[in-house]
Amino acid sequence: MIHLPSHSLPLPLKCSFWAAALLLIVFFLFPLLVVFGVSLASRGLYGGVEWVGTLENYRRLADPLLGMIFLRSILFASMTTLVCALVGFPLAYAVARVSQRWQLVFLTLVMIPFWTNFLVRTYAWILILRADGVFNSLLIQLGVQSEPLSLLFTDFAVGIGLVYGYLPFMVLPLIVAIERIPPQLEEAAYDLYASMGGMFRHVILPLSKPGFIAGGVLVFIPSLGAFITPYLLGGGQKMLIGTLIQQEFLISRDWPFGSALSFGLMGIVLMLGFVVSRTFLGRSAR
Amino acid sequence: MWRSSLVLCCTLLLGGCSDSSSPSQPGTADPPTLYYYTWSDYADPEIIAEFETSRGVRVVVDTFSSNEELLAKVQTGMTGYDVVVPSDFMAGIMGRLGFLAELDHNRIPHVQDLESHLTELPFDPNQRFAIPYLWGTVGIGYNAEVITDVPTSWDVLWDSQYSGRISMLNDQREVLGLALRALGHSLNSRDPHIIRQAKDRLIVQKPLVKAYTSEQFDQLLVSGEVVLAHAWGGPVARAMREQPSIRYAIPQEGGTIWTDCLAVLSSSHNKELAMDFINYLLHEPVALLTSQRLLFASANRHVRSQLPPEIRDNIAVYPPDEILSRMEWMEDVQEATREYDRAWIELKVH
Repeated sequence: MIHLPSHSLPLPLKCSFWAAALLLIVFFLFPLLVVFGVSLASRGLYGGVEWVGTLENYRRLADPLLGMIFLRSILFASMTTLVCALVGFPLAYAVARVSQRWQLVFLTLVMIPFWTNFLVRTYAWILILRADGVFNSLLIQLGVQSEPLSLLFTDFAVGIGLVYGYLPFMVLPLIVAIERIPPQLEEAAYDLYASMGGMFRHVILPLSKPGFIAGGVLVFIPSLGAFITPYLLGGGQKMLIGTLIQQEFLISRDWPFGSALSFGLMGIVLMLGFVVSRTFLGRSAR
Repeated sequence: MWRSSLVLCCTLLLGGCSDSSSPSQPGTADPPTLYYYTWSDYADPEIIAEFETSRGVRVVVDTFSSNEELLAKVQTGMTGYDVVVPSDFMAGIMGRLGFLAELDHNRIPHVQDLESHLTELPFDPNQRFAIPYLWGTVGIGYNAEVITDVPTSWDVLWDSQYSGRISMLNDQREVLGLALRALGHSLNSRDPHIIRQAKDRLIVQKPLVKAYTSEQFDQLLVSGEVVLAHAWGGPVARAMREQPSIRYAIPQEGGTIWTDCLAVLSSSHNKELAMDFINYLLHEPVALLTSQRLLFASANRHVRSQLPPEIRDNIAVYPPDEILSRMEWMEDVQEATREYDRAWIELKVH
């Protein structure tokens, strides 16, 4: 890491340093401070924000009911991250190792869904998973099922929606990480009589760790706060933390409590990040 | 093209920053502009275009999808909007918070044409701030092929033979309100003990519920995945066009009646034009066309008799007169909101 005090930087670097600092202040720090300020205020009688300082909103976070919701959200986000890693790794490996021309094709295919609005793509899953949807019709046509399976509005549907939505965020960093591993290392492993499994376990997987970590963070955090997917595919059955925050802001008009919940969520993310970095990065620090 | 939009952007920005500059008059001979903020399915381009040509003005339409979104936007200050369409309870809140301008009934003569049950509403008894525009009810949409007896009580939503084939609105006040009515209480109850009783009943019902949704119930009814749906009348009326076996019923215990109201923001710079526009929307031929298109009942009492029978006699659009007395307006429950909120979270954790 280059670590220079800003006054000793050449002019162009100095300019970009201050530009970056300004961007962070305007688009990150300032809004965050506003949310923090609101989280210390009170709800007005009709739902506005009244600037009466209180810690009540944070006290309400201690409700065991909310604990259940936080736990369930963490569980969903962890499962999503795990499945994304399991599905994403073989895909990323294939994309990283094919010829350049095919790589372009595969990368484009991974990126194409981003050209369509996320909401529209989630609605598409409703059409696929419905009782008379694509998937059930196929099963019945093939004679696998005689009655349509109940897929929509289940935890399974939410899981599929989350994995589908965030898989590219796992695949892209993994591709970058795997591409950096010289193919000669694989050959060397085989030369030393490693089986294919052994080669993956001792060469590719450890060296793609940065990809797993970056991908894991990029999948875990947004799926922890997701609200569109559980709302549309989960049928509003099980509340997740993202749904709850949305409800506090848009339905109960309790912005202060919604803000406190957001900070609670942020606290959990930071804590988990700390634990993960201690267990995974700390040991291998060179 | 881009020049005019640039000018528009600048005027909007200016309008947003200073109170004195009107968003509609950038100092040139542009036609006066009316900013109309309404529900996403309410803005019919043809109806608006006719007002523009007949009056030589421009109407800029922007849409919202919930009352809370409307309130949040108005609370931020200078929105530049002139005419807004809050629902009943929200019109009450916005009026009390001073966001709505007092209406001059001389400029809105069609206020005389209101349906009689819409003239004395708890949130604004004399239409001082808001005039009812479209109205309707909450009831049960059902598939008559499966449900052969017309549902007469909300209790049918607790019938275990329809397990997994019931949908509920994803709306805490409506769902808890239904349970409150089923228990014989007001849907505006503020007593925590009673709210908890309603919640306990809903927790018992939850295993039977396929989904809590306010947007998909009409499609679920059409596809047959759901045979009973706690529903808004309008979407059920539209679903009937696709699937004739779909019916609508309002249980004897009664339920919610609602109306979306036309109102002028007190920050509007074009209040007279805004009131002319409200009058235009309530004018018979325009109101008739609106109801035909949207399948919502018009607040103008002369419209009903001119509608085709399949709309006029459809209880999903026009509830029968005898049930009106059993319907209840939803009010803002103020401090009890938190009690409803917690009951809802508890239902959703189970």
